[in-house]
Amino acid sequence: MSNVRVLVGTRKGAFILTADGKREKWDVSGPHFAGWEMYHLKGSPVDPNRLFASQTSGWFGQIIQRSDDGGKTWTQPGTPPGEQTTPEGMPKGESNKFVYDASSESGKPLTTHQWYDGTQHPWEFKRVWHLEPSLTDADTVYAGVEDAALFCSKDGGKSWRELSGLRGHGTGPKWQPGAGGMCLHTVILDPKNPGRIYIAISAAGAFRTDDAGKTWRPINKGLHSQYIPDPYAEVGHCVHHIAMNPSRPDVLFMQKHWDVMRSEDGGNSWHEVSGNLPTDFGFAIDVHAHEPETIYVVPIKSDSEHFPLEGKLRVYRSKTGGNEWEPLTKGLPQSDCYINVLRDAMAVDTLDKCGVYFGTTGGQVYCSADAGDTWAPIVRDLPAVLSVEVQTLS
Amino acid sequence: MIRVVLPPHLRGLARITGEVEIEVIGPATQRSVVDALEARYPMLCGTIRDHITQQRRPFLRFFACEEDLSHELPDAPLPDAVTSGKEPLIILGAIAGG
Repeated sequence: MSNVRVLVGTRKGAFILTADGKREKWDVSGPHFAGWEMYHLKGSPVDPNRLFASQTSGWFGQIIQRSDDGGKTWTQPGTPPGEQTTPEGMPKGESNKFVYDASSESGKPLTTHQWYDGTQHPWEFKRVWHLEPSLTDADTVYAGVEDAALFCSKDGGKSWRELSGLRGHGTGPKWQPGAGGMCLHTVILDPKNPGRIYIAISAAGAFRTDDAGKTWRPINKGLHSQYIPDPYAEVGHCVHHIAMNPSRPDVLFMQKHWDVMRSEDGGNSWHEVSGNLPTDFGFAIDVHAHEPETIYVVPIKSDSEHFPLEGKLRVYRSKTGGNEWEPLTKGLPQSDCYINVLRDAMAVDTLDKCGVYFGTTGGQVYCSADAGDTWAPIVRDLPAVLSVEVQTLS
Repeated sequence: MIRVVLPPHLRGLARITGEVEIEVIGPATQRSVVDALEARYPMLCGTIRDHITQQRRPFLRFFACEEDLSHELPDAPLPDAVTSGKEPLIILGAIAGG
């Protein structure tokens, strides 16, 4: 029977939740890296026991951690004995070195972006928001960072190089931070086209490369954001998250600041599918593993009130690819619930029936083992959940 | 030997407990102590001072002999009590964030 492993990043450490395919009885491991903000953990599709984790702190900066045994033990890539060492024989740890490309070779060294007051502001590295392991190589992993840029490691997370074509493609000076900072939070690799990568930035929008990161272009046509000077601008939209079903990589679903959107053509154009949602503000969005027209969102009241409407925690599911939505409430609190579900805190497994998972800022991680029909908490009292990823293990 | 006290998060990262004793070649300064610390525990590179600018991270402070040394120049000599090992150099996470 298959097992599932849920990787949970929280404000005060990481937790690993495991269960068999029934997804009823759970083992909880953690906190790993207690006291650190764990923005994101994700496993390699090539080697599921290889996990990457973003460990960060306002005091001590950014650390990258890697496990090669499914989360039992961790190390900073570059530190295992036997690798490159200092003269004293200690291993070198450079896995946390993220340096923006300002080389003349890149052709367009870009050093400023738009600040809140409209002036230009230097790019400053703060943290890694999202780690996306390669679909084909266990040593290759991408990192979406704040201030927004995309980095890539080809040595298992030990050293990092910026894919500077993204910042340098032309619109970079117009990007500006959202309320949570100017973060590159979404990285999606196209399983059918190795050169195609989608990314999203708050508050710049969505971008795509078709040549493995050398050149990029904005893909925001159809987005409408009333709160920016030009509501249909090429960049400047606060995209919260994008999701894709691997079987149909040209079809994308987006939770924008407001609006749930859909693209049929790899992001070339978008149209709204908010339909009958009670509010179309939110952060998380995901797609059923086996039914590419079934999507999930967690509507949040507004950008000033980051909690569910009426204190009722409801996941909304559309089985029609959007527009027609149904509330999923069984097992979820339907009164006095004022948590939030952040953008990287929803995931699906690939079991049959598809499992859907999400974590809350109140520290709960919920699981539905029946594609959303019913829900149960795996844990109730973790620190605020920043991210949830799921691995289906055979 | 210079005695150094690290904040708990960094002790965990370096997998050490208690104080660290560091041998510094040449004058003992904030810079030379952190250089020696990073050479012995490379996983601390980038956590006490920025990789590129080598500036002390904003929310970290250097204390010794009940004095805040954070704004001393990086190459200023440390107090005699620190260089003699009588007192530790304390690297402390600032109380910030509520």
